[in-house]
Amino acid sequence: MMLMNIEHLHKSFGGLSAVLDFNAHLEERELIGLIGPNGAGKTTVFNLITGVYKPDEGKIHFADQDITGLPPYEICRRGIARTFQNIRLFNDLSVLDNVRIALHKDVHYPLLSAVLRIPSFFKGEAEIEEKTDQFLKIFNLYDKRNEKASSLPYGEQRRLEIARALATNPRLLILDEPAAGMNPNETAELMELNRLIREQFHLTILLIEHDMSLVMGVCERIYVLDYGQIIAEGSPEEIRNNKRVIEAYLGEEVS
Amino acid sequence: MQKTQSVKPTYFKPVQFLIEVGILVALFTLVQYLITTGLLNQYYQINLASICINIILAVSLNLINGFTGQLSLGHAGFMAVGAYASVIMTQYMELPFIVGIIMACLAAALAGFIIGVPTLRLRGDYLAIATLGFGEIIRVVLQNIDYVGGPAGIMGITKMATWPWMFASVVITLVVIVNLINSSYGRAIISVREDEIAAELMGINTTKYKVLAFVIGAMFAGLAGALYAHYFYIIKPETFNFLKSFDILVMVVLGGLGSTTGAVIAAIFITVLTAALQSFPAIRMILYAIILIIVMIYRPQGLMGNKELGRRAFGRLRGENK
Repeated sequence: MMLMNIEHLHKSFGGLSAVLDFNAHLEERELIGLIGPNGAGKTTVFNLITGVYKPDEGKIHFADQDITGLPPYEICRRGIARTFQNIRLFNDLSVLDNVRIALHKDVHYPLLSAVLRIPSFFKGEAEIEEKTDQFLKIFNLYDKRNEKASSLPYGEQRRLEIARALATNPRLLILDEPAAGMNPNETAELMELNRLIREQFHLTILLIEHDMSLVMGVCERIYVLDYGQIIAEGSPEEIRNNKRVIEAYLGEEVS
Repeated sequence: MQKTQSVKPTYFKPVQFLIEVGILVALFTLVQYLITTGLLNQYYQINLASICINIILAVSLNLINGFTGQLSLGHAGFMAVGAYASVIMTQYMELPFIVGIIMACLAAALAGFIIGVPTLRLRGDYLAIATLGFGEIIRVVLQNIDYVGGPAGIMGITKMATWPWMFASVVITLVVIVNLINSSYGRAIISVREDEIAAELMGINTTKYKVLAFVIGAMFAGLAGALYAHYFYIIKPETFNFLKSFDILVMVVLGGLGSTTGAVIAAIFITVLTAALQSFPAIRMILYAIILIIVMIYRPQGLMGNKELGRRAFGRLRGENK
């Protein structure tokens, strides 16, 4: 079943076309990679999907709904969550609060019961607490739940960001360079974790990554972006042998 | 296997609640007793009223500036709306004080909504200037309405804001804002301050929560305005100029942006300081400025930073779990 379909997406900043006629489709429960050289427009594509930018042209359909041009919080509510290339946690807040904020959109008590502290508030907070604990345990951050997010080591900040994204209960998880700055061990652990959560939460994952071995190793299908356009699409094996991809990354052969 | 200590879910603690209510009742009765017996003379009573009003103003502005991270400089404007709305109710229409207070809150909240919706899409300095401008607009508009006395304002307002009203208003303000902040809605508000884009992508309608905090903040400024009008006999537009807004901002920054207890402490500190310095009229403002500069140099995050002084802090002192 098709989860997301992107048609003729176009975005330019001033005279620069960052994304040109981008077409892609995601099947339910796929793990898809989006790769390309620096400045190819990968993050712009993510920003367009999640509503940070409004596309100039084109349509994005997600779960049979047109989500083109919706504000980011609406898109999140429809089931798309993401992480950021340069981590954007709520730095001054605790690990616990970072995840609890992501659970706010499904809060079960009205504002008034929070102010009056009636039983529905305590019940709602207990539910939030329980869910938060669940996510923190999966990501092995439970022992650090009272620490400030910015005081965590880099790898754990990355994990916390994924935990927070997952807490919004998405169907599609978008990871923008999740392994950036990690050592090979950490990367391997992270990928194992991603595989697990994908099984457990029935997720579709879209991944931007520079680490080629990682992309080739885990992705089922790969899109290659260069100068804002898809230049290739296919299985890791097909991508590896695609002439245009090699050219984009290494330059053309001098004859 | 490693065993982890489970987090205690927040729940209602009847004993603690009773103790807190007891402390409040005791505090209220003590002051009431001192006032009725005349042990607390007129001078101290006026300062006490100022303290109460300033606490409400500082705590409500702290919700906007400290917790939501939206720099607003128009708080005196909302105070003016509340003051005038309540006086129209109690003096012109001769309705009871409670109606005046409720109308003050509603009118200020409405003003906050009308001003907040267009201006809160601005950020940082731009928002500060826009709110400053709106605060001044409110003042100038009031100056030009003859119905409320124009620039001369309204004089001879019946003194209705007695100690019970003052006390109840402070308690309600603190309870509402503290309970709001310590809920999922409060966390949504704080996430706007922390990272607006990340908050938006986590499903938080940031515009909605900015407006919500702004409206609640304005509402309590209106309450403070109503108390002010019915304690100091006279209101005129000039009282609510931007210098008044800055006074409140100074309290919030001094107490620590994002700390309710800090705002309370700073409101008390500055009110007492202002009163004490009145004995040195010539160098009053110089001393005031020097004290603020010293605090800001040695404690730039404000007296309390963004920490709170409360049950948990006392618990830590007693060596309980953090």
